[in-house]
Amino acid sequence: MSPISRGFHGRHRESEVDKSRVPPGQYVTTDFPVLSAGPTPHSPLENWSFSIRQAGDTRKSWSWEELRALPAEDVTVDIHCVTKWSKLDTMWQAVSIDTLLEQVEHQAQFVLAFSDGGYTTNLPLADVTGGKAWVAFGYDGRPLQPEHGGPARLLVPHLYFWKSAKWVRGLELLAADEPGFWERYGYNNYGDPWREQRYAGD
Amino acid sequence: MAGTAVRGRLTWQDVTVVAVTDETASVRTIELEVPDWAGHQAGQHLDVRLTAEDGYVAERSYSIASAPGEPVAITVERLDDGEVSPYLTEELRPGDEIEIRGPIGGYFVWPWHEDDSPLLLLAGGSGVVPFRSMLRHRARIGSSTPAKLLLSARSLPDVIYRSELDALRDGVEVIYTLTRQQPPGWSGHSGRVTNALLREVAWPISQHPIAYVCGPTAFVESVAAGLVDLSYPADRIKTERYGGVGGP
Repeated sequence: MSPISRGFHGRHRESEVDKSRVPPGQYVTTDFPVLSAGPTPHSPLENWSFSIRQAGDTRKSWSWEELRALPAEDVTVDIHCVTKWSKLDTMWQAVSIDTLLEQVEHQAQFVLAFSDGGYTTNLPLADVTGGKAWVAFGYDGRPLQPEHGGPARLLVPHLYFWKSAKWVRGLELLAADEPGFWERYGYNNYGDPWREQRYAGD
Repeated sequence: MAGTAVRGRLTWQDVTVVAVTDETASVRTIELEVPDWAGHQAGQHLDVRLTAEDGYVAERSYSIASAPGEPVAITVERLDDGEVSPYLTEELRPGDEIEIRGPIGGYFVWPWHEDDSPLLLLAGGSGVVPFRSMLRHRARIGSSTPAKLLLSARSLPDVIYRSELDALRDGVEVIYTLTRQQPPGWSGHSGRVTNALLREVAWPISQHPIAYVCGPTAFVESVAAGLVDLSYPADRIKTERYGGVGGP
């Protein structure tokens, strides 16, 4: 039972936010804060590609133009950052991971997303398929800005947002799970915001 | 222990406020008595949870301001449109109880493995908080690692920990730049951190320096990009950002 914080009232309860959309411990912001571990990479689009890799081999790769030629969707979702902010009704332009993975035969159970700058994050395959995850290249009708992960980032809105790897360059198909960058530094391996799985052991 | 922040479950615990110290007109350091603290690394943060009488809960993250081995303290900047920071900086007083859990984060920490490379700390405003922990730790362990701290603040009265920073010696150099207001006769730097100022302050890359950048997003974006322009490798630039809504 949490002790009452003397004199603390909070202020968000009378706002118009639908509380059923805000996971425990989160607050709603209209800003779009930025969190990353190092400098923002700037990859020229002519050298950019998105690859599906397995056991050291590139199984399939798309150039920027090839990726943009795939069927894209407008996706409107709520996002939840482990640093406590949530942002509702964010609008993205994105290609479904299903569209990419249906071109590769495999029996992987996990993926490790990898990015420019060396960032990685791990996800069960079931969490990036079935219409639950995308490669996003547009935000709010505009190209995704570099500080928010442009030219393209992963979008996995049902998990904490560090799983939505910025500057994503591909997915490694894995038979066994292996932790990514933040997962090795004490953050939760799965990251379900509705179960408040922020840190290891949550 | 660097890089192995995983210690099993981080549980919430009730802690008591021991002391509060005003650092500037809008910034307060809060020292806590934490019964069960496994120790932290300089640069880590902790989560604070407040509970209102009707059960409403708010959580935020704050950088730890004290060195490993010192009583746990956080330094909080009041954000006028904030929900938690005005409470922590104006209402909270010694004897009060809050809940915390931590320490959290294992990347924005110093020392980084056994690395004794020259240390470059670049702070925007309250981004200086984790660096206070690092510099105190450096002194406590008797490290001879050369260190520079470049701190960008609006004005001299907005410099957090100013007397402590001004007293630093023994291989630590502190450089201020004041962006909005300079006192009469100010001989330090003025304006935002430019690439020219970075070039003047930053250790040459031949010394294999390691840089930590902490502050608001615009500050971190611009300074980290400036270091890349100076040929600092991306994996020698660690960043921690906050987007104007509190917390790192």
